[in-house]
Amino acid sequence: MKKTIITVVGKDTVGIIAKVCTYLADNKINILDISQTIVQGYFNMMMIVDMSRTEKHFGDIVDELGMLGEEIGVIIKCQKEEIFDKMHRI
Amino acid sequence: MINIFEVAETNQMIEKENLDVRTITLGISLLDCADSDLGRLKEKIYAKIYEAAKDLVKTGEEISREFGIPIVNKRISVTPIALVGGAACKTPEDFAGIAETLDQAAHEVGVNFIGGYSALVSKGMTEADRIFIESIPLALSATERVCSSVNLGSTKTGINMDAVKLMGEIVKRTAEYTKEDDSLGCAKLVVFCNAPDDNPFMAGAFHGVTESDRIINVGVSGPGAVKTALGKVRGENFEVLCETIKKTAFKVTRVGQLVAQEASRRLGVPFGIVDLSLAPTPAIGDSVADILCEIGLEYAGAPGTTAALALLNDQVKKGGVMASSYVGGLSGAFIPVSEDQGMIDAVSAGALTLEKLEAMTCVCSVGLDMIAIPGNTKATTISGIIADEMAIGMVNQKTTAVRIIPVIGKDVGESVEFGGLLGHAPIMPVNGFSCDAFVNRGGRIPAPIHSFKN
Repeated sequence: MKKTIITVVGKDTVGIIAKVCTYLADNKINILDISQTIVQGYFNMMMIVDMSRTEKHFGDIVDELGMLGEEIGVIIKCQKEEIFDKMHRI
Repeated sequence: MINIFEVAETNQMIEKENLDVRTITLGISLLDCADSDLGRLKEKIYAKIYEAAKDLVKTGEEISREFGIPIVNKRISVTPIALVGGAACKTPEDFAGIAETLDQAAHEVGVNFIGGYSALVSKGMTEADRIFIESIPLALSATERVCSSVNLGSTKTGINMDAVKLMGEIVKRTAEYTKEDDSLGCAKLVVFCNAPDDNPFMAGAFHGVTESDRIINVGVSGPGAVKTALGKVRGENFEVLCETIKKTAFKVTRVGQLVAQEASRRLGVPFGIVDLSLAPTPAIGDSVADILCEIGLEYAGAPGTTAALALLNDQVKKGGVMASSYVGGLSGAFIPVSEDQGMIDAVSAGALTLEKLEAMTCVCSVGLDMIAIPGNTKATTISGIIADEMAIGMVNQKTTAVRIIPVIGKDVGESVEFGGLLGHAPIMPVNGFSCDAFVNRGGRIPAPIHSFKN
């Protein structure tokens, strides 16, 4: 399993999750967990996904999600899980 | 499993607090390039660097993209050139030719600095070492990306005062050779006492002779993250303060460790060390001096500065050591003047002097760093400043360094702009009383005794 963290931060609007999930489904990326909060009017979402079945390069997915974020008006980041794991777990 | 708040914290450190990996430095041994024919030597050096480092920048960028962490610099350090070129170079111009080869290789593989135009003369100088040192002004004025360092002393050997005297003149000459660029050459030249073999940071990086053929060393950075964390514990006691620094240093260093391991795996090069230094940049919010202010000082340089810095340096190490399997290099808080906006402000406000900076170097790495002084400062005075700093390193069994820039044509009250990561600085006054007779004695200061400590 190649666990990856996708974060979406921006102004709340209709269809953010739908659009991100559609992209993930189209690229055979499986969602393992979603959590979401609204902090000071800003939409904050984190997804833990499994990228082991996608055929695309990791870097391309980072770029495409970034572009999708621009379309919706939010910031979408896609980072390998290890950076968070290393920083917050001993 | 990782939760949303932890993810948000990490990304806030990266996006808002300038957390980054300052450098991935690939150390390359050039010992097997040694040749008595200068042309062949240069060919071998170029070929080895190119072969070893051709994928370094690309790999660094890939890691940066996949983990979402900026990796600011990709660099190379090589075996001290005075050793590699000793058999082939008969004149300073011969050595400077090797510097040009290093510069070309650095451009070709896309790294922004290459360190190792260096000599190790802590006890004595060979004829090759002397010719090499004479070549430094020429080499630094003829190249863009080459960094030079000279180790002048150590706790075990004492201080080579002949070399200290010579380096005062060389610093001055390098300033003259690069006076059109505000004596920028001196920003790429550093002298050391107890120079580490595995330092990933410039200008002092070189690949020590005790290292493997190739090695990956990583330098992390995160003054902004430490400052933000301390902002949340204002008014709390020292225990809380120290715990907060330690926890932040741990998190910052873990990122460095991850990047180092990834780079090592992808390049097929063994992982050497993570350097725990808090390295500032001129960017707002990326300042070590600002941390000192957050600890409770009006400006860096105010009474209490040395104690605050000692505490900061120690806690960064304590937090960092647990986060990485191998720690090395310089590992401490850097206090360069021109590269840290908070330090520049402190100098401009009159809070920070050369003498206070010297005191601060007793408790942190690495030394008098990126300090602009009047261009008419005498070579012997520069040697005196170097000797003082070397003595601090020698007696305290620590690394100390001097990277000082006599800016030709400028005096106290003016300032100098180096640009980029090297920043800008006001010219600082230097004690004008003479040390000529001291510097001109010649010879070597003996190694200190290390029993009967008190």
